[in-house]
Amino acid sequence: MFIINHKKIFIGISISLVVLSLASLAVFGLKIGIDFKGGALTEVSYKVERPAQATLEKPLADLNFGAIMLQPTGTLGYIVKSRDLNDAEHTSLLGALSENNAAPLTELSFNSVGPSVGKELTRKAILAVILISLAIICFIAFAFRKVSKPISSWRYGIIAIVTLLHDVAIPVGIFVVLSHFYGAEVDSLFVVAVLTILGLSVSDTIVIFDRIRENLRNQASVAKQNFSEIVGKSLSQSFVRSICTSLTVILVLLSLYFFGPESTKYFALMLTAGMFFGTYSSIFLASPLLVWVEEWQKKQK
Amino acid sequence: MIKKIVLSIVILVLGTGVAFFVYKSEPKLNNQLNKNSATASSFFKNHPFRLGLDLSGGTHLIYKADTSAVPAGQVGDSMDALRDVIERRVNLFGVSEPVVQVQHGGFVSGAGEQLIIDLPGVTDVKQAITMIGQTPLLEFKTEAPAGTPQKATVGKDGKVVLDVGGQYVATELTGRYLQKATLQFDANTRAPTVSLQFDDTGTKLFAEITKANVGKTVAIFLDGAPISTPVVREEIPNGQAVISGSFTPTEAKTLVGRLNSGALPVPITLLSTQTIGAILGDNAVNAGVKATVIGFLLVALFLILLYRLPGLVAVVSLSIFIVIILALFKLMPVTLTAAGIAGFIISIGVAVDANVLIFERIKEELRSGQNIKDAVRLGFSRAWFSIRDSNISNFITAVILFWFGTSLIKGFALTLGTGVIVSMFSAIVITRVFLGALGFLGEGKVARFLFSSGIGK
Repeated sequence: MFIINHKKIFIGISISLVVLSLASLAVFGLKIGIDFKGGALTEVSYKVERPAQATLEKPLADLNFGAIMLQPTGTLGYIVKSRDLNDAEHTSLLGALSENNAAPLTELSFNSVGPSVGKELTRKAILAVILISLAIICFIAFAFRKVSKPISSWRYGIIAIVTLLHDVAIPVGIFVVLSHFYGAEVDSLFVVAVLTILGLSVSDTIVIFDRIRENLRNQASVAKQNFSEIVGKSLSQSFVRSICTSLTVILVLLSLYFFGPESTKYFALMLTAGMFFGTYSSIFLASPLLVWVEEWQKKQK
Repeated sequence: MIKKIVLSIVILVLGTGVAFFVYKSEPKLNNQLNKNSATASSFFKNHPFRLGLDLSGGTHLIYKADTSAVPAGQVGDSMDALRDVIERRVNLFGVSEPVVQVQHGGFVSGAGEQLIIDLPGVTDVKQAITMIGQTPLLEFKTEAPAGTPQKATVGKDGKVVLDVGGQYVATELTGRYLQKATLQFDANTRAPTVSLQFDDTGTKLFAEITKANVGKTVAIFLDGAPISTPVVREEIPNGQAVISGSFTPTEAKTLVGRLNSGALPVPITLLSTQTIGAILGDNAVNAGVKATVIGFLLVALFLILLYRLPGLVAVVSLSIFIVIILALFKLMPVTLTAAGIAGFIISIGVAVDANVLIFERIKEELRSGQNIKDAVRLGFSRAWFSIRDSNISNFITAVILFWFGTSLIKGFALTLGTGVIVSMFSAIVITRVFLGALGFLGEGKVARFLFSSGIGK
């Protein structure tokens, strides 16, 4: 099997992608959105003409709300980011934006999150990440509970988890780059995307591992084949299926990205990346790793 | 064989029926009134899709409730009372389908008691906040024990103003125990007064308070300010009190209205607001529908090109799956948000996943020389474990997200979770019945061609 024979190349590709993702995370950092850190986001659309950014700077500075970020959107709109605002502050912000009604506008959306709500959500998100990771690790342990030779079952589990980290790291890396260049921010949907990738990617890996173990069992009675050959055979049996199943999910995700609501664009993109690399890793990373571990084990003896 | 064909026809008819329900019960289609539903029975009218705030436009408010004055055991009760009061208050303003939820503090949320208010269609935050804030907080306080330092401030005109608030201590008696307020006029002075009637608990508390404070004053505070400090002459056992501030008749009348619509049992402060304009919501709905339709068409095309006849069968069972899900969204009902639509779209992908697993297995069995009937049977039984395993992890994610999430995340978790369960049903039951019914095609060359697939060796 081609993939198994060149396993070092594919493992290498995966490692460099993960390293790249981690490096971009370290360099650019994650931009935390107002969901988690608190703050206000106001989106307005002008009825006639959008005033220039420079003309709005002065009235906005006069409000004394600290740093206010003005970001043009569409042809007539602005997105305004600031600290969290109370009712009166919100009204005066709208007043400043409309230049006291000289430039009439409609408020499309207003979102103000107090710092305590942000903290609460952060706490919930962290707990959810921990719980889901634990549940998935338990599920992997359960799925691989039957001992099989020549690799003990917990090693399948560990490789599944390594693959999982790979599948999450790369979309996060992509998001970090997007966030640096296009201003995407970490919001609750980002967390949901990461968690959904966990669920989607583990199932893909498990389907292929299942096939490997099925073939190992069937082989046991007959003359023993080389482990890497069995893995290769299982891969060639299941990779078409694996790609097809992922392709259908990727198809719907892409239509969500291109045609879906604005608010779920980055979400769809992250999931697409997660799905893609989840499938890639179950074929090009998990199985080669399995063979590599077996070979390493042999050398130890 | 005949049995299977009959069964498939039954499923098709049922599916069409559900589709009819989904269509009929939607009052608005493409932003035009659905003429059919105008004359439809109330069963249909009562089940439109329930859209979340990000799709319908509206206001989402989170309030923090200060329950520090409430005894530990009664926090839950007073939060429920608070919810009821706010619900009444919001209903009074004619908001359609407001949602008022209590979120209890604790380990999971890490925050104190909160009240979450969703007001669909209300895009004026100011109006919404006033609407809720107008609810009066009524408190009864007794004199502080002698020796409590009095706070005083010197006013601009040089007069010393005593801070009345500091002279009184809170009691358990609040507007929570108020049964009814009525407007009355004093028989002698013709001054308007507000007469209060407490409920059973309130009557008991009021009796205790008046008994212990004969000869002293009891202060009635409204929204933190004293409005009346009558002297107690004797114990009042019948739960009736009179506020005789210096009201104008109009003021007294407004106060009565406000008190009757409910007094807040605990004070609240606004933590966060979110408003989504109607335009943005409409755009999101249209985009969501478009993405779903295009996603479905892409998947249908993919399935038919790749799996031929079984692919077509899968498309039919996928359509039934979608119709069932939509009906469930209406009946449960699930509040649809942009994230919820995303969850639904992903579940379409996952539903296909199971079909693909089955078809690939059937193809394998066909290649290994089985006849079509056995290949279909074996294909299903072998694919089951993979389907089960690959769905469990998605289901785990959905359940935990639902348990933890904010309303946005809950919407996603609920649609994804429902989708995962129904998709297993549709793949295992519906596709299977249909494929079984196709057995009439026999084992000829044409049938074999139709059952094998486009790619693969």
